[in-house]
Amino acid sequence: MGLTGLFAIGLATAVSAQDYQRPSVSGIGAVAQPEQIAAWDIDVRPDGLGLPVGKGTAEEGEELFADRCAQCHGDFGEGVDRWPVLTGGHDSLTEDRPEKTVGSYWPYSSTLFDYINRAMPYGDAKTLTPDEVYALSAYILAENEIVERDQELNQDNFAQIEMPNRANFFADDRAVSEAYTERCMSNCKAEAVNIVSAAPELDVTPEE
Amino acid sequence: MTNALNRRGFLAAGAASAGALAAGSAKAANPFEPKEWGQFLGAGVDDEPYGTPSEYEAHVIRRNVPWLTADSVSSINFTPLADLEGFITPNGLHFERHHGGRAIVDPAEHRLMIHGLVDKPLVFSLDDLKRLPSISRFYFIECAANGGMEWRGAQLNGCQFTHGMVSCVQYTGVKLSTLMEMVGAKPNGKWVLAEGADAAGMNRSIPMEKIMDDCMIAWAQNGEALRPGQGYPMRLVVPGFEGNMWVKWIRRLEIGDMPWFAREETSKYTDLLEDGRARMFTWVQDCNSVITRPSPEKPWLDRKGFHMISGLAWSGRGSVKGVDISLDGGNNWIPADLEGPVMPKCLTRFNLPFDWQGQEMLIQSRAYDDTGYVQPTFAQNRAVRGVNSIYHNNSVHTWHIKPDGRVENVQLV
Ligand code: HEC
Repeated sequence: MGLTGLFAIGLATAVSAQDYQRPSVSGIGAVAQPEQIAAWDIDVRPDGLGLPVGKGTAEEGEELFADRCAQCHGDFGEGVDRWPVLTGGHDSLTEDRPEKTVGSYWPYSSTLFDYINRAMPYGDAKTLTPDEVYALSAYILAENEIVERDQELNQDNFAQIEMPNRANFFADDRAVSEAYTERCMSNCKAEAVNIVSAAPELDVTPEE
Repeated sequence: MTNALNRRGFLAAGAASAGALAAGSAKAANPFEPKEWGQFLGAGVDDEPYGTPSEYEAHVIRRNVPWLTADSVSSINFTPLADLEGFITPNGLHFERHHGGRAIVDPAEHRLMIHGLVDKPLVFSLDDLKRLPSISRFYFIECAANGGMEWRGAQLNGCQFTHGMVSCVQYTGVKLSTLMEMVGAKPNGKWVLAEGADAAGMNRSIPMEKIMDDCMIAWAQNGEALRPGQGYPMRLVVPGFEGNMWVKWIRRLEIGDMPWFAREETSKYTDLLEDGRARMFTWVQDCNSVITRPSPEKPWLDRKGFHMISGLAWSGRGSVKGVDISLDGGNNWIPADLEGPVMPKCLTRFNLPFDWQGQEMLIQSRAYDDTGYVQPTFAQNRAVRGVNSIYHNNSVHTWHIKPDGRVENVQLV
């Protein structure tokens, strides 16, 4: 009984196959409102685009850093225990144990503002005001001897700060420098192979 | 009532036999004796609305290396490759790398915004995205740091730890080219910033060319919703590129005319070379492979005779074309069999049957892909990069098979 009833309704409202036209995608999603974009658009680029209005000096940042950052990064950015080191490491990049820090490694100052503003303090992200981020960035840059302690950083000059290691970055060149295509199948080794290291000797593999 | 009683009896007996197993099987197993499971009724269909693996598989889990990172929140766990079959990673065993912990995101409070150099900036809810034409594709994802602990020498004894920052699932989602058409991306919009909703606010710059080629916004993995650890409710899929770019919990795509040089593409995920220079934008995961059996986790332990050597290969450039196996530390090579299906930017299983008579061996796998690229040795990679580049170690890996069948991670000259 129900079956025939359903059928009748289905047929009455169906679109016939001949009438079917494949539609294009439209009408899905809402137009992003300017205030919605403003609430989320926090990124900062090396050309300064995205830097909010604000200012700060290393002197102003020192206490705030001690308050909200030093427990992990140390009073001077030297790093506590295994937490990241933010300062020092100059001229260490060619050493056996390089120390990559904001001062010794980072190519752009804008990255510092962008990152602190979105991700720090670790565990309490996105709680700093623009002035605080300028001051904290200034403090880290001053501890790395890149700006003066009393130098005011703001939306107009922040992106112009020159980072010492900038010239040492270059775009991926593996397609040229690592174009390995030789597939040797027999007698590939000129000399006898020897084991030079074995993981069990180090004994650093986590146990069950 | 009887059902409950029987179930209790069954569970108690099950626990007892699991205990016996753990104690080293004091009593030899006899599969031919009557068993509890052959006598008592099993559980009903209502006890486990979402299924879980057998209790006898409890050792097949993700593991982490506590000394790698300052805490376990910005850290990584590894997929147990040695215990997996085929090429799919079960959702609960997918490796996780978070920079601000595993975010638990309420989809009702989550949106994806696309703005910047576009005609019409749009905001999508998860339900909006699910109404769009979707595709399902198999891809591997590999952390750029996979194998990164092995640059200076053999360090971790297990393929879970040497290679387990790779997983492979079927993603379902919408092609980014569809979304870019909807917002009307402008011709000078050559770059896209992807940003996550997590506490790290993970952000990466991706070239528009790649976005239009094969990137997706995925909401499902292996047929079900993404797991929180993989970015629920939505993540970016960037096939063949390093895992960090596959922004999880994605909430924003901004189209711009230059890269952003975010922390994860400057301070991290750049490759420091011996001369102090550093490569940036090293996105592609090069062709790589690992033998998962035998391995430190799956030794041959006095079991002479027939064995299958089995492993996984992959390439971020395209499809795996073949895998060669060496038994003598790379002097001579035997082509292995690819199991199939062989798909681009997807894990591919390889096998080689072997009759082992207790010989000591140094076994290696070497994959090559359909661009002609052949997986290099440690010596080749170190000659160009030194030992401090951390990322993109795809060197041919060696297992030392000892006469008693134990397997160790070693490196050779
Ligand atoms: C609870 C510990 C903790 C606190 C407090 C903290 N950080 Fe961090 N910081 C971290 C961790 C962990 C990372 C690395 C996160 C990751 O792995 O992605 C980090 C990374 C950084 C980096 C990037 C380092 C690099 O080399 O890439 C900067 C810069 C930084 N923090 C600045 C700050 C500032 C400024 C504050 C205070 C407002 C702060 N941090 C507070 C733990 C902390």
